[in-house]
This record gives sequence, structure tokens and C-alpha cells, in this order.
Amino acid sequence: MEHKWFSQLKFLITGTLFGIVFVKAEVISWFRIQEMFRLQSFHMYGVIGSALLVGMLSVLIIRKFNIRTIGGEAIVFHPKKFSKGQIYGGLIFGTGWAITGACPGPLFAQIGTGATVIVITLLSAIAGTWVYGKFRDQLPH
Amino acid sequence: MDVIAFVKQPWPWYVAGPLIGLTVPALLLLGNKSFGISSSLRHICAACIPANIPFFRYNWKKEAWNLYFVGGITLGGIIAGNWLSDPSDMVIHPALAAELSSYGIHSHHALIPADLFSWAALGSLRGSLMMIGGGFLVGFGTRYAGGCTSGHAIMGLSTLQWPSLVATACFMVGGFITANLILPLLLSL
Repeated sequence: MEHKWFSQLKFLITGTLFGIVFVKAEVISWFRIQEMFRLQSFHMYGVIGSALLVGMLSVLIIRKFNIRTIGGEAIVFHPKKFSKGQIYGGLIFGTGWAITGACPGPLFAQIGTGATVIVITLLSAIAGTWVYGKFRDQLPH
Repeated sequence: MDVIAFVKQPWPWYVAGPLIGLTVPALLLLGNKSFGISSSLRHICAACIPANIPFFRYNWKKEAWNLYFVGGITLGGIIAGNWLSDPSDMVIHPALAAELSSYGIHSHHALIPADLFSWAALGSLRGSLMMIGGGFLVGFGTRYAGGCTSGHAIMGLSTLQWPSLVATACFMVGGFITANLILPLLLSL
């Protein structure tokens, strides 16, 4: 059931709505990211802050009332374990974020809006992930 | 003003932010999935170029929902870009506009500046460093950090996980340093 394509359709639709919000709120704009990192605009702080607030409240409600999935499963949260990777990787991603003006999600949305050259940025990001996987054991964590 | 014209304007943060936040409960309720986008890059590696690397040897098909989700984001980009886009120029901070024009970047008509991100720009040192180099850092850094803005800054912080706070702080530190000190060097190439 879980592997059938129609059970995945709901994620495709959620992604589509999410992508539309990304574009319409200019979250995928290189300019807005530059303004954020130069403290020239409140926009991105407002977007991330209010998204976080709504996410936090939702999780609180789900936990408080033991809300289950539409399939009746108990909802599981996956704790994140600390590693030095969050520091080194975080700084490296921050660098890439400021240069490309995009995190992974916006890369997909930018391509959708017709900026086809971003396929190159995305392929390079996939290559970056691959290189991390290849040399993972040699990196400090 | 009709509905479509209303929707076509850029959406303010207090509309977009809460909608993005609702993705967290939506994915949990629809299928017990934790919001996170950068994992999709790992699944693509596992599906296409696993090369017997232990980090890519897992059943990525179980995580296929994530690929449908990013496929949806692309589709959302197509819909918003083709039918809901605002024809007017981007409104950007005058100081940023002045700074960019000192590097010969004058295009403000699209969400991303065509002077920097286009097939023509890919042939220049500046363009290739920013697109290929920047993209590499995004893919490498997010996986090293175990998540990106969605997985750490939104999902991780929503569930009150302190490692995600560390990661988010580092994203911001890296971004501030780069945008203010490193990017000017790249832009002047």
C-alpha cells in the first residue's frame, strides 16, 4: 500500500502547494536571501520565524492530544543526534546558501519557474552530497 | 481586483510563513513523515550512483515520498512561474541594488538575477563558481549537517531539538560571513 504510486500522490500535491508558496513569497529569490544576510529586510526572518511558530504549535497539539495519522498510526518523531557535522556542515551550507541564494528546496522550485540553468546547480549539489557520502568516514563528526 | 490578480502579487511573510509551517503537520498526518528536503539529494545518489558506498546502500524506495515531494515543488514552481507570476520588477533594498550595480548586475525583473544565473553566465568564471561551486557547498554542507533549512530550522526546531539550533546558528553564521565578506570577491570577478 505504502509503495503504490497513488499513496505517494498526496506528497506530490503537498509539494506542489509548498512550491507555489515558495515562489509567491519570493523565498526562492536570490535577492531576498542577500537582503536577509545583510539585514536589509525583515521578510525572510518573518517567513522562517512564523513557519517555525506554526510548526511548533502543530507539534505541541499533535503531542498533547496524541493525534494519529490519517491511516491511524501513532506519530513518531525522530530525535536528531548532535555531531560536529552540524557545526562544520552548517557553516559550509551557510556559505553555499549565501552564494546560490537557495537551499535545496528552492533549487527545485527555481528550475520549475523556468530558470533551467539551475539544473547545473542542483546536479552540483547532488555531487556534493555524493562526495560527502564517499568521504564521510574521514571527516570529523 | 479579481482573485487571480490578487494571488499574483508577491505574498507577504505572514501569509507564506504559516503556510510553510503547516507543511510540518501535513506531512506528519498524511504519512508520518518528517519535513526535510535535503535528504532527497541523498536518495537521488542512492538511486542513481550508489557506487557501493555504505552511506548510499539503503532502501531508498522506502523514502520515495521525499522524491514525490520535491517533484511537487518543481511542479509548484512551474505553476506559479507560468500562471501566477507578477509581471513587475522585484522590489529590492536600494543599498543592495546599488551594491549589485557596482558589479554590473542590473537585472531585477526575475526572482534570480539573469546577470548571474543563466546559461550565458555559466561560461564565465564568476557564474560557474557561483552555480557549480555554490551548488556543491549546498549539497555537501546540508548532508554533513544532517539537514537544511527545512529539516533543521523548521522541523528540528519545531520539535525542540538543540542540535538543530546549533545547525541553524551555523547556517546563519556561514551565510552572514559569506554574503558580506566572500561574495563581494566573487561578484567582482
